[in-house]
Amino acid sequence: MATKILTEHINVPGIETFDVYRKQGGYTAVEKALKTMTPEAIVEEVKKAGVRGRGGAGFPMGMKWSFLAKPEGVPRYLVCNADESEPGTFKDHYLMKHIPHLLIEGMIVSSFALGANKSFIYVRGELMYVIRILEKAIAEAKAKGFLGKNILGTGYDLELVVQPGGGAYICGEETALLESLEGKRGNPRNKPPFPAVKGLYQCPTVVNNVESIATAAWIVNNGGDAYAAIGIGRSTGTKLISASGHINKPGVYEIELGVPVEDFIYADEWCGGIRPGHKFKALVAGGSSVPILPANLALTLANGDKRLMTYESLSDGGFATGTMLGSGGFIVFDETSCIVRNTWNFSRFYHHESCGQCSPCREGTGWMEKVLHRIEYGHGHQQDIDLLVDVAKKIEGNTICPLGDAAAWPVASAIRHFRDEFQWHIDNPSEATQPGAVYRGDMALV
Amino acid sequence: MEDVKPQLLKVTIDGIEVEVEPGTTILQAARKIGPDVAPPAMCYYQPLKGSGGKCRACLVRVAAGSAKDPRPMPKLVASCLTAVQDGMVVENTTNPQVIDARNGIVEFLLLNHPLDCPVCDQAGECDLQNFAFDHGKVTTRYEEDRRTFEKHDIGPFIQLHMTRCILCYRCVYTADQITEKRVHGVLGRGDASEIGTYIEKAIDNDFSGNVIDVCPVGALTDKTYRFKNRVWFSKPVDAHRDCPTCSGKVTLWYRGEEVIRVTARKNEWNEVTEFICNTCRFETKKTSDWTIEGPTKISRSSVISANKYRADTIKPSFGQRLAAAEYKPIDDERDTSQLTIQQLPPERFAKLPSAMEPEP
Repeated sequence: MATKILTEHINVPGIETFDVYRKQGGYTAVEKALKTMTPEAIVEEVKKAGVRGRGGAGFPMGMKWSFLAKPEGVPRYLVCNADESEPGTFKDHYLMKHIPHLLIEGMIVSSFALGANKSFIYVRGELMYVIRILEKAIAEAKAKGFLGKNILGTGYDLELVVQPGGGAYICGEETALLESLEGKRGNPRNKPPFPAVKGLYQCPTVVNNVESIATAAWIVNNGGDAYAAIGIGRSTGTKLISASGHINKPGVYEIELGVPVEDFIYADEWCGGIRPGHKFKALVAGGSSVPILPANLALTLANGDKRLMTYESLSDGGFATGTMLGSGGFIVFDETSCIVRNTWNFSRFYHHESCGQCSPCREGTGWMEKVLHRIEYGHGHQQDIDLLVDVAKKIEGNTICPLGDAAAWPVASAIRHFRDEFQWHIDNPSEATQPGAVYRGDMALV
Repeated sequence: MEDVKPQLLKVTIDGIEVEVEPGTTILQAARKIGPDVAPPAMCYYQPLKGSGGKCRACLVRVAAGSAKDPRPMPKLVASCLTAVQDGMVVENTTNPQVIDARNGIVEFLLLNHPLDCPVCDQAGECDLQNFAFDHGKVTTRYEEDRRTFEKHDIGPFIQLHMTRCILCYRCVYTADQITEKRVHGVLGRGDASEIGTYIEKAIDNDFSGNVIDVCPVGALTDKTYRFKNRVWFSKPVDAHRDCPTCSGKVTLWYRGEEVIRVTARKNEWNEVTEFICNTCRFETKKTSDWTIEGPTKISRSSVISANKYRADTIKPSFGQRLAAAEYKPIDDERDTSQLTIQQLPPERFAKLPSAMEPEP
């Protein structure tokens, strides 16, 4: 049985209440951290654990914490990014809904480590029921003395605020999130200065994902070395994967990093294989913004080795033959999926969610969507495919925040790996626009 | 006490070294060298706090971060926001990747901005026109419908035509920074965003007319001047008056004996340094209201200077030199020895034809 860090007790009835959570060994990390450890020691443990940010970018969490500026007389903030809204990613809200105290415990420990006395959980506005669950849990923790003034008599104060977001995807980008938290329009800020120097209200701020913060409690309890022993290489620990698409058992799974992609898709423990009678066609491994991979490249590296569920293995070969682990939004497509339609759909999302602040993203995402729409509906021209590649290239890397990249990568990778399918749409408009029509040509299916 | 001078930082831009004070941005350092290496800026406006970083026109490549850490920066950076470090090496017009990115930006900006320069009131004073001339292509690859808006009256003096807006946010910052209340805004998201109509409230302020001056395109126009004249037929003259609200230093635009427009004075980067009040701008249009200082200095390559200088004294712009450098002679049998422009090696940007060298 694989090690479970976050979801070990998730099926215990009543785990969302303080008493049941406490009975399962909850809040011991708070006691240990506040009573026996110094903030520096906690940061050191997190560094040792080698845990990488679970929100998508995969930046080492301990290093991010150590960048936090510590000027005199200025408050520091911890902000939990719970604005999960990328198509295909739904692990954070699953965690918060089922075991809210795990996040709160992580928040207390992390805030103590960073010296923050007021911390925020920024939750996507649509998830009102999750916000209520969190608020209830916070009230319980406060009543038991784990939050508020003088926690457990140690002299440490912490106020935890749950802030509903406005429901914009861009508010998941850390600087846009901070703007939104300050009550402004959620436009990303130019970096530098980074939030670690000037973040919320121009004070040093750490922004971490729900899953990253939730692991902090386990790391405090068991030590960084124990965490680093799980996983492979620089991809340490466990990761929540939200699996969806044409698989037998969609859902949220906690895996030890290093599981082969093939096992994750086909083993009964996880996805349970492609739905009966169909074949595996393509994979989006880390939420809709990462490059899509055809079946053969999804299962094996370019050199023939098995592809593993790690940051390094999934990105092996760059974007030519690789992708990213991203936020763990694992979407599987079988041969009934039309890649052109799917790419258009993703593009539609990014067009709608672009904040419109910088010109390449504002104009480019809309342009790509319109061209893809045209191809999907049988009005594409031969030059449109190269046009899409070129527009994606002109957006990528030239924008203020990574939303431009997120919009460009799915389009560029879909054309890189499934160019025949785009060509088929352009060559056979009457056939391609039939309801349910999918390219059945020379596809590498598994 | 002895004055301690801050240590100057050395930065190399396109092979030209310059010393600047700490905190200077790459764009400012490049402007210090001169217009040949200054990156174009559509949204950056020095007098406005917080402007810059949005249009991405000023992207440059940092080939070496600093003397201490000479690693190049992985992505192109917005030069208007990136502070220089000692020993930094920046590639601006010498880097094909930068030129390529700028070509892309022009194309993006022109997707929803109509190329109606012949009927636009900004013609001749348009930053986008200059930018597109330097970096644009002859044709567009955009086939879809462009977004259009109804014209919008912002009070008696200003008209907003969102169709032409490129969302540089300059007018938003102006309205925000020269009024005491928050009266600005951008509504909507992505390519559906538009300048908030609440900006109408800015008309209450004595300085609202400045949004016209900061607009880099023809989206915000002066209703007292609209379509009265073409800018190159008018004669700009510096003048001042004793104004209780502002500095009173303006440029008067004459057609014959008549003052047809009053604007704030702009520097060589097309930026207003001293904003003027609405009374000076809209209501004092008699020569007797003003003390004339003399003719306004206008860049020789500007269209405003058209017909006012001999053709050979006009220095070719970067765009003209780029076009000349990219010129490829036709491969045929004819004697090409008489051609004045030759095909250049790949390092063409570094070595421009001597006839095209900037004037000393």
